[in-house]
Amino acid sequence: MRKIAIYGKGGIGKSTTTQNTVAGLVEAGKKIMVVGCDPKADSTRLLLNGLAQKTVLDTLREEGEDVILEDVLKSGYGGTLCTESGGPEPGVGCAGRGIITSINLLEQLGAYSDETLDYVFYDVLGDVVCGGFAMPMREGKAKEIYIVVSGEMMAMYAANNICKGIVKFANSGGIRLGGLICNSRQVDNEKEMIEVLAKKLGTQMIHFIPRENMVQQAEINRKTVIEFAPEHPQADEYRTLAMKIDENKNFVIPTPITIEELEALLIKHGIAA
Amino acid sequence: MSTKLKGRGSNSNENKSGDALPDRLSMIDPEEVKKELLARYPAKVARKRSKQIMANKIDEEGEVPVMSANVRTIPGIITQRGCCYAGCKGVILGPTRDIVNITHGPIGCGFYSWLTRRNQTKPSSDKDDNFMTYCLSTDMQDKDIVFGGEEKLKTAIQEAYDIFKPKAISIFATCPVGLIGDDVHSVAREMKEKLGINIFGFSCEGYRGVSQSAGHHIANNGIFTHVVGKDDSIKKADYKINLLGEYNIGGDGFEIDRILDNCGISIVSTFSGNSTYDQFANSHTADLNTVMCHRSINYVADMLEIKYGIPWIKINFIGAKSTAKSLRKIATYFENPKLIKKVEEVIKKEMPQIETIRKDVKKRCAGKIAMLFVGGSRAHHYQELFKEIGMKTISAGYEFAHRDDYEGRKVLPDIKIDADSRNIEELAVEKNEKKYIARKTDKEIEKLEEQGLAFKSYNGMMPEMEAEALIIDDVSQYETEMLLKIYKPDIYCAGIKEKYAIQKNGIPMKQLHSYDSGGPYAGFKGAVNFYKEIDRLVNSKVWDYLEAPWQANPELSAKYVWE
Repeated sequence: MRKIAIYGKGGIGKSTTTQNTVAGLVEAGKKIMVVGCDPKADSTRLLLNGLAQKTVLDTLREEGEDVILEDVLKSGYGGTLCTESGGPEPGVGCAGRGIITSINLLEQLGAYSDETLDYVFYDVLGDVVCGGFAMPMREGKAKEIYIVVSGEMMAMYAANNICKGIVKFANSGGIRLGGLICNSRQVDNEKEMIEVLAKKLGTQMIHFIPRENMVQQAEINRKTVIEFAPEHPQADEYRTLAMKIDENKNFVIPTPITIEELEALLIKHGIAA
Repeated sequence: MSTKLKGRGSNSNENKSGDALPDRLSMIDPEEVKKELLARYPAKVARKRSKQIMANKIDEEGEVPVMSANVRTIPGIITQRGCCYAGCKGVILGPTRDIVNITHGPIGCGFYSWLTRRNQTKPSSDKDDNFMTYCLSTDMQDKDIVFGGEEKLKTAIQEAYDIFKPKAISIFATCPVGLIGDDVHSVAREMKEKLGINIFGFSCEGYRGVSQSAGHHIANNGIFTHVVGKDDSIKKADYKINLLGEYNIGGDGFEIDRILDNCGISIVSTFSGNSTYDQFANSHTADLNTVMCHRSINYVADMLEIKYGIPWIKINFIGAKSTAKSLRKIATYFENPKLIKKVEEVIKKEMPQIETIRKDVKKRCAGKIAMLFVGGSRAHHYQELFKEIGMKTISAGYEFAHRDDYEGRKVLPDIKIDADSRNIEELAVEKNEKKYIARKTDKEIEKLEEQGLAFKSYNGMMPEMEAEALIIDDVSQYETEMLLKIYKPDIYCAGIKEKYAIQKNGIPMKQLHSYDSGGPYAGFKGAVNFYKEIDRLVNSKVWDYLEAPWQANPELSAKYVWE
């Protein structure tokens, strides 16, 4: 079983990319579990055709100790197993601790012991702001990390920060970076710039996803592009990404760069060039 | 140990006469001891500790060396210090009997701060509220950390109210509460509105500040803000004082009450030994504030003066002579011949019996040496009691005091505010135009000062100790063990955490936080109790017999019986 975590700046399209990629892998016959690690609990919406999910933490709160796996694990598109960690309302409690609690509970309940599983995907909120959000990286919960990024400076800045987090846990948890996924914002020279960034970080740009309105359309209909418009060229982009991940052998401990290097990169290749 | 540094002979009874003491100690040079203590530390640690370990020097103007205090303990050092929550909930609010204290946090914080200090209380009747024996906690679980614990806190307050119907409820924030951002103050405001009783919270998360001292400040500021000044009724009494910084450990406060009562002096409120909510609320009606523990509460005395016009003086009821001196100070302040006469009568009546016992005990204790590493005032105050029986304090230091407690209040303007001290709120108070009554005119104060009564004054511990005494702030376990080896003191005073390590070194140990099972040690009767206790401890032979089998005979041999 391959355990993959998807990180990236908030709003970059992690959940959309994750679910579309998962749909591509499902089409190829893979058995997958998706663990949403975002208090908003919207990481599995496209696979479940809506927010049909009761979160792990809500269930834990209501049922007490008496939680069974079926309460928190729903079957979605193509038999994908979907679960949402959930968490507190904005501004209260500790979402990071919530993720720790919920992953531990999933483990105790045996969610990972399904031998038929090919993949577990963790879709993690935003930046690695605190220890809780680093949970999928720690103790080998996830082994491979993909970072969703675009040619915008802050997205690249976040990607670099996430790399710092990976370095921190690379020795203890054994995690490795599998590559950057460029989710295009149609920034000038975007593809080349992310390729250079990937090289500087010691990794690869595994795929460049062009910007396409169909993604929004499918999203409004609570579906992945692959389910909503299987013939559309964008669906093929996700299928390609899925295959590249499936065949990926390039796993590294990244080499984060300094903020000065990042700025220099933008000046040389980016919009300022 | 360096060759220059010779320890005292192990037989501390070799010289019965106290006069020979300077000779024995003169073999030990405190500067050498300091070097020895620092020798094992890494350079950076040694540099920092060297500012907190000082051979006392008093120059002609009475100036003492600058003492680094109230600074962070270096990680890895075994310190005596406690946490902010302990200082707030345990020390300051613990002794008040009729406020329901709720610890908002995981159960351990509440449980381990439950009745661990021996602060006694005496309700005036069986009908009086006394919640001291209870321990209330919100018992936060994982889910409360994740989703926030404010709702659970509200439920806890409601429950506490339903069961006890108290005058007031206070809430104490523990570490995780600060981390997840539960707002104890807004919960307090909401529930205060709902229940119609006084409810207030303390942001006393354990990690705040560098020691429990931060908790004392937070607690006292909270009481000053939320309680003091709520009840304006004037108590009918001739001489009304507040006793600040007296926590009634082992019944100290009861003995002080007895003496003051005999003199005809009334206490409006004690902060906070044997205290009640109503006393705090009414405390601004007293005519004099007497400050016992300078560290924990001097700023409250300042605020009471600025806001309500009550002057303050430093007093000390530890030691028979100090008690007499303190009583005389209070009498001087009130300037009433009747009171002055009464105080003299009380002193005259109490002293003869004390003197008989003191002289007897002194015969056996004179010339012995003590070390005191405790508190923010006790390490200073208890030197008086030892002096009375001819014992010398060769080394002392505080656990959580600030520079002014070592060097005196004159250094207050020079104390550097750093990130840690800035973290602790300082209240800005103004004159309360309606309630302010100047108890004395400037002229009267001046006149009293001429008579030797010092207002707002504390000279600190160092100027009153002998030159060459070794002063150590925030002493570590390692330094303690080195001191024991070098000086071989006849008694060492500190707290429960240090107790058994000291005793294992064969040295008598007296706890001066909680008094072991003893007390009171304040006032006249307390002095007698202390003389007897110290006599018993330092003259017991039992510690000389303390030798483990492997110390006498390092290799134990044995054989199997069936062979």
